[in-house]
Amino acid sequence: MTGPAIQALLSHWRTHPLQLVTLLTGIALATCLWSAVQAINAEARASYARASAQLATGQLDELRNPGGYITLEQYAELRLAGWQVAAVLEGPLRVGNRRVRLMGVDMLAYPALPAITEIEQGTSPPDPSEVLTAPGRLLMSPDLVHLFLSADRFPPVIESTALPPDLVLTDIGVAERLLNRSGQISRLVILPQQPRALPPLASIAPGLQRIAPSAQMDTAQLTDSFHLNLTAFGLLSFAVGLFIVHGTVGLAFAQRRGMIRTLRALGLPLRRLVWLILGELLSIALIGGLLGLALGYILAAALLPDVAATLRGLYGAPIDGQMSLRPQWIAAGLAMTLFGTLAASGHALWRLSRMPILAGPGLQAWGSQNSARLTGVIGLGLIAAGIVLSFSAKGLLAGFGLLAGLLTGAALTLPFLLSTILNLFARQARSPVSQWIWADMRAQLPGLSLALMALLLALATNIGVGTMVSSFRLTFTGWLDQRLTSELYVTAKDDAQAAQITAWLSPQVSAVLPIRSTELAHETGPLFLYGIIDDDTYRQHWPLIAQGPDVWNHVLQRGAVLINEQLARRADLWPGDTMTITPGHTLPIAGVYSDYGNPTGQAIVAMPMLEEITPGTATRRFGIRITPERASDLAQSLRDQFDLPPAAVVHQAAMKAQSLAIFEKTFVVTSALNVLTLGVAGFAILTSLLTLWTQRLPQVAPVWALGLTRAQLARFELVRSVLLAALTACLALPLGLVLAWVLLTVVNVQAFGWRLPMHLFPGDWLVLLLLTLLAAFLAASLPAWRLLRLPPAALLRVFADER
Amino acid sequence: MLLSIDHVRKSYPGGRPVLNDVSLTLDQGQTLALTGESGSGKSTLLHLTAALDGFDAGEITLDGRPLSPLDDTGRSALRRDCLALIFQQFNLIPSLTVAQNLSIHARLANRSDPGWLTHLTERLGLTDLQDRYPESLSGGQQQRVAIGRAMAMRPKLLLADEPTGNLDETASAVVLDLMLSLVVDTGAALLLVTHSHEIAARLDRHAHLSGGQIV
Ligand SMILES: Nc1ncnc2c1ncn2[C@@H]1O[C@H](COP(=O)(O)OP(=O)(O)OP(=O)(O)O)[C@@H](O)[C@H]1O
Ligand SMILES: [Mg+2]
Repeated sequence: MTGPAIQALLSHWRTHPLQLVTLLTGIALATCLWSAVQAINAEARASYARASAQLATGQLDELRNPGGYITLEQYAELRLAGWQVAAVLEGPLRVGNRRVRLMGVDMLAYPALPAITEIEQGTSPPDPSEVLTAPGRLLMSPDLVHLFLSADRFPPVIESTALPPDLVLTDIGVAERLLNRSGQISRLVILPQQPRALPPLASIAPGLQRIAPSAQMDTAQLTDSFHLNLTAFGLLSFAVGLFIVHGTVGLAFAQRRGMIRTLRALGLPLRRLVWLILGELLSIALIGGLLGLALGYILAAALLPDVAATLRGLYGAPIDGQMSLRPQWIAAGLAMTLFGTLAASGHALWRLSRMPILAGPGLQAWGSQNSARLTGVIGLGLIAAGIVLSFSAKGLLAGFGLLAGLLTGAALTLPFLLSTILNLFARQARSPVSQWIWADMRAQLPGLSLALMALLLALATNIGVGTMVSSFRLTFTGWLDQRLTSELYVTAKDDAQAAQITAWLSPQVSAVLPIRSTELAHETGPLFLYGIIDDDTYRQHWPLIAQGPDVWNHVLQRGAVLINEQLARRADLWPGDTMTITPGHTLPIAGVYSDYGNPTGQAIVAMPMLEEITPGTATRRFGIRITPERASDLAQSLRDQFDLPPAAVVHQAAMKAQSLAIFEKTFVVTSALNVLTLGVAGFAILTSLLTLWTQRLPQVAPVWALGLTRAQLARFELVRSVLLAALTACLALPLGLVLAWVLLTVVNVQAFGWRLPMHLFPGDWLVLLLLTLLAAFLAASLPAWRLLRLPPAALLRVFADER
Repeated sequence: MLLSIDHVRKSYPGGRPVLNDVSLTLDQGQTLALTGESGSGKSTLLHLTAALDGFDAGEITLDGRPLSPLDDTGRSALRRDCLALIFQQFNLIPSLTVAQNLSIHARLANRSDPGWLTHLTERLGLTDLQDRYPESLSGGQQQRVAIGRAMAMRPKLLLADEPTGNLDETASAVVLDLMLSLVVDTGAALLLVTHSHEIAARLDRHAHLSGGQIV
């Protein structure tokens, strides 16, 4: 009994191959985008976990000095008292153009590191004394080696595959020398084995803070919001793909109703039939899902290098651009596909199981005006739920909850809105032909509404995300202009050279602005403290977003501090509040400035104050103010005079270009997903029109018989599609702007810590509208062309078939 | 007795009763013509007999089994194994070829007999059309396929609802002759709804439905 039933059910796809292709494509697209995002996230998280294991971080308690570094004396006292601790000194190291992280550990005390084990078990392990005594050795992953071989100021290099990218591991003595931070310790790792009866920490090292692993700001936490953002995008694309699945499955079921009734009349029990159809759906989902996974893997591999670059640039996250195929990724992707397909076809399946054998023949459309009103009400409910959630929940969840409610709610109200608008037009129509056109358009709406919903979502997302990215770009460019005011930026080799350069430059240029900074461990996470000197450049250009009275004099003369927006929002600190930078330094906050492109907190004080907080910080970088025309000449003479490598003297323009490039990379993934989502929606329209086409003849045949030519009918076909798309686009615009507003004022603040002003880009909307109309036109032109070429006999048969 | 319809009543929701105390019996191999005005409930009675719809009162017994206690699975089994239908509503499956359509009921009933199928196909003049799809056949050809599908499973009872309703005179004569001769050959019983008294006259018995009752 099962065999012939399967044969009959499957025969539908042979006569409707396009429908099958659409269904598979819908499933594959949904799976592809979703699983690509998942693959990227999984890869990044695996990288973080690997780095954490490779460096033995995040497992043990640590001691830090909230005010800066730990001194050798403090360390010695702890050891004397019996505390088993391992010292770590880390800091950024610039090699050529590349910034790497140098981590110096007390090799004898530090927990066993995979890299060391690997080298000890290698074919020719180095003598341990070579590693520990000067000049020491540098351990790094193979792709960094070439950088260090060409620069001869470094100790010999040992390759290791068991180290994160962009990290150099060495003995703490070597690190002291290379970082020029002798006698300083960044943190002390508290080893697991400790003697009994230890004196309490508070009595030996009162200034130090003990931090449990869970409280250590690790990369995974820092990048969480970034990954959540990606996930939300993947989910959106998944939803758009499922719209296609829902539409196609609904249509395929509607078209098979006659066959299904016949099979049941011939004795196929309903339960068996439902199982068979379920099996069919799951098989199709499996094939589509596997296809989608393959595509997703390719997409992820293509996007990963850019994402990795972004994460490295933005968060210093240790991630490499390598993809690996994970079984649990495949399983999760397929599960999501099967679940999604079932969810998208549940309605059709349910209706099938309730369908009586005896019923009027013919196709019923998906919904009537009544059901449009009902979904409209549900849509309004979802919008309201999203708004309520945004007030009751906190953080990113609130933002995404609001977005989800708005988007799905708006999509559900779309059919009702469109049919209301068409009603209005129909009432204006005078001639019988135009009345028929409007009536016909409304009759077609139920069949097209799913595709139009997908289009609405895609357009709104496009406008929303486009507005966010463009607003950000505009703000960012303006901010760069304010922030990078110096014409040249110079990096000296060492302190002595820095002093020489300053002395040499001072008489020739308008101003030499030293750039001096230090990294502190603050209760809000890592904090970069900068020192500045009094100069008009700052007073005139610095991008302040909030300020108290007389802000600059306050900072430069009366020991106040400026903090960046991220820190201000995270800790809720604003002008008038005070901030404890180190235990001994609680400073009033004079202003808050915008600071894009890094997730960490930043604060600015006057140079003498920086000297007081962390004495002896080196100044090796300078900004040089000079008339722009002379910048190139001066750059050249600086290089000649001090034998500086080309990269040590950088033009403002080059800095800006670099920053913008990093910026663009940040949004490469977002834009790619954006475009793909729009493509999916266009495809949904095409397939809906093509599938509607199968029911089209009985509707146009009577009008044709009444005297409209096929050319006229074909034209109406085009007009209908373009007009519906245009109406949808008009409704998508306000939705997109609301989306942009939520992204800019809620999601961005939560995810990155900065709030951006919203700019409007009507030119972009126009382009998008034209693209939409073009897509709708193209989608309708195939059915229209078919109509034009249709032999009159086919139209006549419609009447013959009516029994 | 193959079929017995006992005091059956049927009304559709919100309507007057369509069948009002209908009783009828049919023996193995017997043929019966059911006539009646349009809307008198002929199709309804056939649907009830085919266990496609439920009734309000009375009982229908088919091949010794009363219908009212059966669930969907039981009714399906009855239709699959005992009955064949030639109804307009359950016409051919458009995505299957003529050959596939011909064999589907027999295969669902697990009763395919290639020799009998070949014989049927030849007798119905469908040999050259086997690989065609229904939409490319004429009305008479389609109806012959429907008869073939029904007879291929050697039903005990054949239910036919105006099988020649939209065929011209010549075509309907051909189709009817084929059907009647096959019914005689297989020993099936036949319950045939028709408007034509000529056709009715060719069957063993004749019943007329009027006012919801057999008269
Ligand atoms: N599904 C239904 N719902 C409601 N009323 C129905 C339904 N099917 C049939 N009827 C009504 O039941 C009555 C009998 O219909 P039926 O189709 O059995 O008549 P018929 O004798 O076959 O007519 P015809 O010769 O025109 O085919 C009619 O009044 C019809 O309107
Ligand atoms: Mg009838």
